[in-house]
Parts: sequence; C-alpha cells; structure tokens
Amino acid sequence: MKSLKAQKHDLSDPQVQLDVINNHSAKLKALPSFREKLEEMDLFPLRPTGIEIFQINVGYMCNMTCKHCHVDAGPDREEMMSKETFAYCLDALRSSDINIVDLTGGAPEMNPHFRWFVEEVSKMGKHVIVRSNLTILTTTPKYQALPEFFAEHGVEVTCSLPFYSKSRTDRQRGKGTYDKSVQALQTLNEIGYGRDDTGLELNLVYNPAGAFLPGDQGQMEQDFKRELKRKHDIVFNNLFTITNLPISRYLNFLLMSGNLDEYMEKLIMSFNPAAAEGVMCRDTISIGWDGSLYDCDFNQMLEMKTNSETPSHIKDWDEELLNEREIRINQHCFGCTAGAGSSCGGQTT
Amino acid sequence: MKKTYYNPEDLKKFEDITDFQEELGEKFFEYYGAVFEEGALTAREKSLIALAVAHAVQCPYCIDAYTTDTLEKGVTEEQMMEAVHVAGAIRGGASLVHSTQMMNQVNKLSM
Repeated sequence: MKSLKAQKHDLSDPQVQLDVINNHSAKLKALPSFREKLEEMDLFPLRPTGIEIFQINVGYMCNMTCKHCHVDAGPDREEMMSKETFAYCLDALRSSDINIVDLTGGAPEMNPHFRWFVEEVSKMGKHVIVRSNLTILTTTPKYQALPEFFAEHGVEVTCSLPFYSKSRTDRQRGKGTYDKSVQALQTLNEIGYGRDDTGLELNLVYNPAGAFLPGDQGQMEQDFKRELKRKHDIVFNNLFTITNLPISRYLNFLLMSGNLDEYMEKLIMSFNPAAAEGVMCRDTISIGWDGSLYDCDFNQMLEMKTNSETPSHIKDWDEELLNEREIRINQHCFGCTAGAGSSCGGQTT
Repeated sequence: MKKTYYNPEDLKKFEDITDFQEELGEKFFEYYGAVFEEGALTAREKSLIALAVAHAVQCPYCIDAYTTDTLEKGVTEEQMMEAVHVAGAIRGGASLVHSTQMMNQVNKLSM
C-alpha cells in the first residue's frame, strides 16, 4: 500500500483535511467548534502549563503502512531529520530542564542518526522514550540488535499493539503484524523489559481498529495483560489507550466507510472539560523532521506550526516564549478531549 | 423507496421521551444508568448481556448501540457472536421446550 502522498491523494493536503472535518456535510458544519467549547469553560486561548515533553518526529519513513496512520508514514516517505537538525535539538535540550525526550516517526529507528542521538540524550541524563511499531525490531540484524541498545541506555519502549487478537491487529496494521509483534515483545521480555525490578519500562499503545472510541484504560490493560500472558507469556508495564484523530489515513477510512459524520458527532458529544484541561499540547512541544515546531504531532501532520508570535524552528528555541504561546486548535482536537481524554501517554483523566 | 419504520437517527432522540412524560422518563434513565454501572458484574459483562438481549428482543437501535459499546470495551468478534448464540439458544430452546406441552397433549388425546 502506498502513502496518500505517493498516491497524490487529495487528503494528503492538510488544508483539504481541515476543510473535510469542518465542512464535509451540513451536519458537520452545524456542530460546535472546538474553540466554542473551550470558550464555554474559559480555557480559550489555550496555553501551555509548561513544557515537560520534547517530542521529536525524526522522520515519516516506516516499514509499515497502517490503515489508521495519522502520519501517512510508509516505506515511500523520505522525510528524515538531518544530523544538523538533531544537533539543534541537543542544543535546546542542554539549555532546558525538560527531562523527557519522546522519539516518534514513522519508524524512528529507521533514521540513520537514531542511535547517535539516543546516546547523546542519554549522556545528558534525560529520559528517552522510543515509539516503536515492534515489527521493525524483527527485520534485519541492525534492528534486531536494538532491544539490547535500548536496555543499555534505559530507553522506555512504547509500542503499538492495537489488540491482543491476530485478526484485529492484522486488519489495521497489515498481514503478519501480530506474529512479528509477539516475537518482538518476547525478545524485549527476555532482556528484562516489562519485568518487575529491572527498571526497563515497556508500554503498549491500544487504539481502536475502527470508527469507535477506546474503552476504559484500566479495564483494557487488565484484558491485555491477562490475554498476552495466557497466549504468549508476554508481560508489560502499562497500556495506553489512544483515540484515533480524524486526520490523514484514518480520515480517509472514515470518509470511505461513511462513518465521518457519526464519528465527529461522537467525539464532540463526548467532549470532557476535564480532558480539555489536561490536553497533552499543554505540556508537550513537537519538533518536525525539518526542525519546525508544533503544538503536537497531529498539528505537525496538519502543518499547523506554532503560533506566529513564537519561534517556529528548533534553532530559534526560546522556552520562555514557547511556554506563553497560544496553542493552535481545530476540529481534530476533539479527539484528545473525548471521554476519558487521549494523549501519547494514554487517558488523561 | 428508502423509508422504513426504523431510522438510525432516532436513537439519538431517545432521551426526548421525557418531553411527553418527564418524571417517568427521568426515572427510567436514572435506573438505566445505574443498571450499567460496574457492580457485581463488570460494565463489560453487562454490555455483552445487553448485546445478547438486543438480539433476542430484535431491537435495531440496541444492536447498533451495544455493538459499538462492546467494541469500545475491547470485546472480540468471537465473544460477541457467542453472546448472540446464547440469545439464539434461549430463543430456540424456549420454542422447543414448549413441545413438551404439545407432547403431553398428543399423549392425552391419543389412544
């Protein structure tokens, strides 16, 4: 499967995506805006509570082409962070007390400077999270060696596993994904990941394989733990449940399946003020492969750079100004405020 | 001709039943909410029971609602179908068990 970009699909254009989620039907046009919802609770303009997470999208290349991917990642995406831009990130981190560096992609492991960067951040004593698709860790010897490398540097591994059944996982992420993911998780377990007292944290990310919202995170975690242990003797630390945001390939799925209006309505009807208070963009900064700054990885994919009054590139890093910025919002933001809330770290309430 | 007696949009109007009888409607929804709360049975078990009952009473609104709800609660397709089979078994059994009455009558009337 090709990325939307390689297909030259209309929805590879962020402006088209924003137009679709706002104006696709009379019903969507009539729904309340995210701004109105924030205004009702006196939270507009939305501002940071203080940046705690430095999330870098190191590139859109991936060995997989998942149906729901908000990045539109895939083997045909060539955008990749250069060593020079990584160096700007290191400069910013040296000048900052931010302690969590969250690496995402694509498959972040595919960036040629990935290992070097992890080593450099690790030397600073900061905590590194890598968002792995798991299957990459089973491919070639270069990637098969990564679990040991992660362990050496105390990297937290947060990986995608949509479900504990093969059929539902493979439907979303491609045939064979489940078996490879199980293999990668077993390898991670063998070197101590996910086990008590090793300090090597292994977290799984669940996101619904369809046009529905995630269930209660605690209950889902119990189910995942029980089933993965029973079926494959796999253990892990936490399950993060994440709501699919209506952008990119997932938006394409919603449109093609006739679920867009219902899904948007459901997100909006499930708006939770407590989740709005705790949205991740308030404590996260997202850095794109070319060094551009965004409020979150979703805004990055919609090419909504940080507010024009603040630095828009990592080389101009100014944490004080960024902490005062007005966060940019649109209708996709309802994905983070529905029900129990959603973030890269799971439920927010 | 697309008009049918059932319109999926009507499910969203369920709470409007209080427009015609507020007190009873509100009592019903309060009760309904309490029934589905986590109790001696988990919310997930209750959702699966609701899915099975929805099929037994053949309510299209309830089938839509509890298919979504069970999916959201992480229920697998296999578990959902097994729940519907429970409804089917009880419905089928309910017919068949009455055949004992038929058999009694046959025995009474026959030489």
